[in-house]
Formats: sequence, structure tokens, C-alpha cells
Amino acid sequence: MKSNSTAIQRVANKKPHVVLFQRKYLCIPYSIFLILFIIIPILLIVYYAFSDATGAFSFDALVGFFTTWTKINVLFISIFIALQTTLICLLIGYPLAYFLADKKVNKNAVLVTLFIAPMWINFVLRTGATRDLLTWMNINGGNYPYLATLIGMTYNYLPFVILPLYTTMLKLDRSQIEAASDLGANPFQVFIKNILPQSVPGIVSAITMTFMPTMSSYVISDTLSEGKITLLGNYIYLDFSNTAWNDGSFMALIMLVIVGISMLFTRNKENQDSKGGATW
Amino acid sequence: MVKKIFGQIYIWLILIIMYLPILILMAFSFTDAVYVGQWNGFTFDLYPALFQNKEIMIALGNTIIIAITSALVSTLLGTSGAIGAFYLKKGFRKSVDLVTQIPIVNAEIVMALSLTILFVFLGQYIFHAQLFSFWTLLIGHVVLSLPFVYISVKPKLQQMDPSLYEAALDLGATPKTAIRKVLIPEILPGILSGFLLAITLSLDDFIITAFTRGTGLLNGEANIETLSTLIQATIKKRPVPAEMRALTTIIFLAVVVAVVCVSLYRYYQGKHKKTHAQERMSKL
Repeated sequence: MKSNSTAIQRVANKKPHVVLFQRKYLCIPYSIFLILFIIIPILLIVYYAFSDATGAFSFDALVGFFTTWTKINVLFISIFIALQTTLICLLIGYPLAYFLADKKVNKNAVLVTLFIAPMWINFVLRTGATRDLLTWMNINGGNYPYLATLIGMTYNYLPFVILPLYTTMLKLDRSQIEAASDLGANPFQVFIKNILPQSVPGIVSAITMTFMPTMSSYVISDTLSEGKITLLGNYIYLDFSNTAWNDGSFMALIMLVIVGISMLFTRNKENQDSKGGATW
Repeated sequence: MVKKIFGQIYIWLILIIMYLPILILMAFSFTDAVYVGQWNGFTFDLYPALFQNKEIMIALGNTIIIAITSALVSTLLGTSGAIGAFYLKKGFRKSVDLVTQIPIVNAEIVMALSLTILFVFLGQYIFHAQLFSFWTLLIGHVVLSLPFVYISVKPKLQQMDPSLYEAALDLGATPKTAIRKVLIPEILPGILSGFLLAITLSLDDFIITAFTRGTGLLNGEANIETLSTLIQATIKKRPVPAEMRALTTIIFLAVVVAVVCVSLYRYYQGKHKKTHAQERMSKL
């Protein structure tokens, strides 16, 4: 312990320090960084989306998007493939997460890590590996570009679905499930009326982890379909290569709007869950 | 019982299917055929060839340099940001939280394009120069990982006993010492996991790198290549190059070692869970 007098001195010295330095000041560099490199760039996207190459205000990109069938097509294909990938990943990942979290089936926590571990192998390399395997099995971009892309997407996003679902499944009230079947519910009823409502938060975050990244992915669709499938991500990449900033910004703006809508949607869902939970 | 058997079969089946592409690539790293599926006899030749391949080694070096520098910068910035924001008034804190969420929920390619446009805009109208370099790439990677550092540190601050810091001040520590000796050690696990997350994100990144890179680093006058951009450029039209198969094996083994270490660490941590806060307080 320090001696009494120095402690008093330090207390006396405390005040100027408090005035000069407060903990909240630590936020200043962080906030500046956020404004410079997150907020301003997004505002620039909006500006570039509604201006032409000379910087003057213009609706060219907007009109171009709604009058060019190929651009609308890119949006539709992206939404379609994202929906399919999300659905397939959920169908595979849901039972998997359920079994992994069930103590009667799996007692080994390392197994869960094994499902997440592929994420640590370089993602482009993994995509290449998937492509090479599919080519060997004669499913390549030449034959089945769509199928190959879908398989590649499922491969890549499955871990992102398993993780949130597993976390939710761990919290499942097992005694409630047992009570449901004791009270005479058949396994199907137990699933629909008890397990499924309990796991909604996991499903919602699994969807958000898969849907948007699939729509905006570039490497997977480009490599596996050999450039035959153009998603929003591929389109923006093309605009970037051609330095077509205005057109690319408009596409990015569309994606921002979709992100915004999905955020509102998931936020409402999460609020509902925290209120309700399972109603048996 | 039926459920148990079915469940285990299902788990292992999906696990095998998930690892199949990587395992096959690894198996074919012991033969020097051009295509996967073609076996030219067993050989270790690809491994020395990998280390003699200058392009791959340069890309590997760049990847590591960027991962470490960007992780250090984002850990420093993100930790101080999280501490600062934690003591802000509620309204300000909420807005910092909200802006932090943007890069997490936003599509990566949108963030990449927005940064690129920022650098193009600044270069054109303010600096009158071409800005793309290692520094723009670094900023890109920091934007990518910064929010994840912030959200790993934040819960640790919430769990922390708020009176610890006050007690340190009452015991005569200056605010800076109190932060360094009391606050930082309390939230250290969050800082470390944020740092590791930042490294992982940076190592894996393709889109932000492709958009924001310029010339420099080990590439000198040429555009910076990381493993991701190099592999992407080579596999665009051709199968994964033979040496890359050897690289896959090495990365896979590294991941296995990491998984084992993490599992052991968790096991160890679970056994010895203790707060050393009081001990530190007495040392002030």
C-alpha cells in the first residue's frame, strides 16, 4: 500500500487529470474513422448513383436500370439464387445443428469446431477446390453453370448457417419438448409447435448470414459458372473494372436498399421473439 | 436409439461431403498431374516447387503483412473506440453502435465500391494524384475488421464491474493508469478475440483487396497480390495450379493445429476460471 500522504496528494492531483482526459475521448479517433471511411463513402455512392460522368445531377443510371432487361435480370437471378441457397443451407443445416446440440446424439464439442474450420482455409482456394471436384464429376461451368454455382454457394455458406442455428439449439428447452410429447403431441406436432418456434432467432440470423452475401458474391459465381452467371456482385465488379462508377453506384444503392429492408424485417422479428418465445 | 444412429450418420455424412473438395485437393498434392483426377504417380515434388514459386511466396508475404498490420490498427482503434463509446451519453453511444453495424450487415462489395469511389473522388478533386497504394488497402482491411473488434470488446465492458475503475481512481491512480492497469486487463479476452477475428477476416479477404489495392509492398512497382487475388487470377480459366494443392495441404494442417490449440485452450480455461481483479487492485 502507498503511504497516506501520497494518496492524499494523488487525490488532490486527480481533478486536473479528469478535466484533461476523459474516457469518452477515446472514442474520437474511432468516430472520425467511421465518418471518413464508412459514412462519407456511402453518401458518395448515393451521389454517384444520381449523377453522370461530369458530376452533374442525372437520372441516367436509374433510367438505364429500369429500361435494360439484362440489368433487371441480374437482380432477379441474384434474388432467386440467394433464396435457393438459403433454403438448401437451412434444410441441410437445421437437422445438423439439432443433432449436434442434442446431448443424446453428440457429446463432442470439437465436432462443431470441425464444421466451422473450413472457414479458416482461404475462401478462394476452397472455391477452386470445389470447382475442380465438380469438374472431375463432370458438373462444370460448361455443362451446368447454374447447378455448379448453387453447389458452390451451399458449400461456402453452410458453416454460416450451422453456427447460429447450433447456438440457438443449445438453448432449446428440452423439458418443454418432452412435456409436449408426453401430453400426446406426435413428433410432427412437437416440431411445428415447439421446436420450430423456439429456434426462430437462429433461423433469422442464419438467413441474414446467407441471403445478402449470396446475392452480392463475386468469386463463387464467377469461378463455378465460368462467368456464365452474372449476379449483382459480378455486375458491380464489371463496373469497377470498366471504371463505370455511376452505373456501379446505382447497383450498389439497390443492394443498400435491400440490406436496409432486410434489416428492418429481421429487427421486427427479433423483437417479437424476445416477447413471445414458444407458445404451446 | 434409432435417432442417435441416424443423427450420427447424418453428422458424419455432411462433414465428409463438406471436406471432400479440400481432401481431394490434398490427396492430389502428392502427384504432379495438371488436373485433379489424373494420377501421375506418387511424388513430393510439389512441396519444394511451392517454396520455389516466387509469385506464391510474394503473395503469401503480402497477405501476412497486411493481415498483421490491419489487425493491429483495427484492434487499437476498435478497442479505444469501444471503451470511449461505452462512457458516452446514451444517444451518442447508440449512433456509434449503429454506424459500427453498417459494414457487418452491408454487402462487402458495396463497402469495397464505396471506398474505391471515395479514393477516386479524393484523388481527382483534392489530392490530384492516384491514391491507390498499400495505404488504401490497409484502410480497406481496417474497415472490414474494425466493427468485429468493436463488437468483441463491447460485451466485456458490459460484464465488467464498473466500480473497479472508480476504486482504482480512489486509490490514487490517474485515469490513464486506471485504464491501462485495471480496465484493459479486464477486457483483454475480448481484445484478443477481436484481434484474431481481424486476422482471419483479412487473410480470407478477396473483394476489398481487389478493389482498394495499389502498387507496393513485396510486389514493388506492380499491383499488390495477396493469396486470394493471386489464386483468383490463376483459377479463373484453369484448374487450381499444382503447387497450390501443396499449399492447401499446408494451410489445412495449420488449421488442424489451430483447432487443436483452441480446443485445448478452452478446456484449460474452463478448468481455471478465476478473476484476478482484486490481485491487480492491490498492486496499484
